[in-house]
Amino acid sequence: MVPVQYYLALAGILFAIGAVGVALRRNVIVMFMSIELMLNAANLAFVAIARGLHSMDGQVIVFFVMTVAAAEAAVGLAIILASFRNRTTLDAAQLSSLKW
Amino acid sequence: MVNTALLRWIVLMPLFGVLFHTFVAPRLSRQSSSLVGPGVVGVAFALALVAFWRLWALEEGGALVDRMFSWIAVGHVQVVAGLRFDALSAVMTLIVTGVGFLIHVYSTGYMEHDEDSVRFFLYLNLFMLAMLLLVLGDSILLFFVGWEGVGLCSYLLIGFWYEKNENADAGKKAFIVNRIGDAGFLLGLMLLFWSLGAKGVWTLDFAEFRAHADAISPAIATAVGLLLFVGATGKSAQIPLYVWLPDAMAGPTPVSALIHAATMVTAGAYMIARMSFLYVLSPTALHVVAAIGVTTALFAASIGLVQNDIKKVLAYSTVSQLGYMFLAMGVGAFSIGIFHLMTHAFFKGLLFLGAGSVIHGMGGEQDIRKMGGLRAKMPITFWTFAVACCAISGVPLFSGFFSKDVILFEAYNSEYGHPALWAIGAFAALLTAFYMFRLLFLTFFGECRADHHTAEHVHESPPAMTVPLAVLAVLSIVGGYVGLPEGWLWGDRFSEFLAPVLPLHGHEQHSAGLETLLMTVSILAAAAGIALAYVFYVRSPEIPGGLTARLRGLYDALLNKYWVDELYGATVVGGTFWLANALWRFVDATLIDGTVNGVGKVIQLQSSLWRRVQTGNVQHYALTFLGGVILVIGYFLLH
Repeated sequence: MVPVQYYLALAGILFAIGAVGVALRRNVIVMFMSIELMLNAANLAFVAIARGLHSMDGQVIVFFVMTVAAAEAAVGLAIILASFRNRTTLDAAQLSSLKW
Repeated sequence: MVNTALLRWIVLMPLFGVLFHTFVAPRLSRQSSSLVGPGVVGVAFALALVAFWRLWALEEGGALVDRMFSWIAVGHVQVVAGLRFDALSAVMTLIVTGVGFLIHVYSTGYMEHDEDSVRFFLYLNLFMLAMLLLVLGDSILLFFVGWEGVGLCSYLLIGFWYEKNENADAGKKAFIVNRIGDAGFLLGLMLLFWSLGAKGVWTLDFAEFRAHADAISPAIATAVGLLLFVGATGKSAQIPLYVWLPDAMAGPTPVSALIHAATMVTAGAYMIARMSFLYVLSPTALHVVAAIGVTTALFAASIGLVQNDIKKVLAYSTVSQLGYMFLAMGVGAFSIGIFHLMTHAFFKGLLFLGAGSVIHGMGGEQDIRKMGGLRAKMPITFWTFAVACCAISGVPLFSGFFSKDVILFEAYNSEYGHPALWAIGAFAALLTAFYMFRLLFLTFFGECRADHHTAEHVHESPPAMTVPLAVLAVLSIVGGYVGLPEGWLWGDRFSEFLAPVLPLHGHEQHSAGLETLLMTVSILAAAAGIALAYVFYVRSPEIPGGLTARLRGLYDALLNKYWVDELYGATVVGGTFWLANALWRFVDATLIDGTVNGVGKVIQLQSSLWRRVQTGNVQHYALTFLGGVILVIGYFLLH
């Protein structure tokens, strides 16, 4: 059996990739995908720890996270679509008019 | 002490008039107001007569009271809105409603052609309401309501023809000068209330004040007396606050007669009589009152010598006569002061109404240099005016003779008196006789100096105006016979009637020889004044011109009223303007606005720095957020 630490390490790596992707990539879609990656890294950590501790709590939370992720995908994609129609760009650096 | 609801009806009558003129009369014809306006005052006068008759039937020192309702009840202080009809109030109420009624009737003629006569009668009725509260109120608080009410009406009526700026200005001047006096009055009232309260007597009632007068220390009595007198100088136009009264002549002439001669301006004298129990505790306050009174009498009389506006002469004569009343108060002869107040109400009311009749007949002309020879054209006005002139000048057997003569006698003979007071008063009497007969001769004798058109249209006034003149003329003659000098016929019944309320103070042993001597001097003074006026203005009219040319400086000083208005304008008014300007520019604009705007500026400045953090780029936020998370996690890992 694979030890829990391996899963946690993998989750950490995935999360880091996602975080760096959000912070550095310019394309909004890619940033969006990176957010999904971070969410699923958290999911993986929950499931692994639930398995290791023989508890159902972590697995239940994963369902909630998946629900939130689905809702976020729907709303987020709609926003990106609307923003693209208005500004014809997906570059996050150029979508910076929300300031004083 | 008899309880009766009669008194409240005296006060309510003018209130009905006010309500009628506010809500009903504007919808009716203007004639309705000339019926109701005098009507309600006439009923009030009739009720006052009934009350007087009932008071007469009581034993000496009795009073009718009407406790209407509990007005203020705070802690120890219980104030009942109550009316009190004692001998002093009775005299005042009869003067106010009686003379007031005559002047209301006169006004129906005088204001006949004025578009705004409804508003005029509204204000007049309102004035009667306030004045009756003033003289009938049994607590100093109700008195003060009336005191302020008459001030308001005075302001409204001086500025009655408000389209002309100077009229509105005169109204404001009267109001503001009176506020200065009222500040003193209020301070005196508070000091009295507080100092009695400290002794356990919390009251605002005149009778209670009087009953506990022995609890007032002499120092407090002096302070309160002087502060209240400041209020009296404002209301009754004494030095230094007299300046508003001559300007108040901007109002319609019946107003000058009613408010600025016969009734309201005597409120200060009434107040001092009402508080006489306090003044007798403080000889200092009495001396100040007497000194100010006699100075005002002389000062105003001297200005009156050279004025050319018929109403201005009468205005200064009013100031001067009020000075005599205060002189009487100041030498402890309170009832004599009230006696002069009454005779003055008759003859000065008559003089103003006569002047109004002249102005009416001359089509609005007020300059006596453009009058003359009106004797034949306005016989009733002339004869009544002449009677009033005799009365005010102290011609023997007219009312003013009796009242002024006793004042001068008391000024000499009273414990508080002084020969100097008498001498100044007698000299002012000479001046009075001179300027009144100057006015009479210039107006009614000689050739008519008006332009041809005006002279042709001079006419006697309608009966609504001449009948009140005749009634007041009769009163100006017989009004003095209620208070004859001691030893004459029935003696001084007036003072006897008032004695329970206003005992004579400082009255020395009566000496018939001295009285005869002083009386002879006053008669000679009056005769000299009249003779001088006759020589100057009838026999040889060239003398005054030569005299003014020789005494240029003195004449200019008198004509310009000693430049007192200019002096006040430069010091008090200018000072107030300077201070207000400084407060505005420095305190308001610099200090307060500076602080408020400064706080805003500082916040704006530092915000403009901080706002650069908010770039609008979502990735910067994400990085910041990430950095924050790392810091928090790192903190927990390291601890």
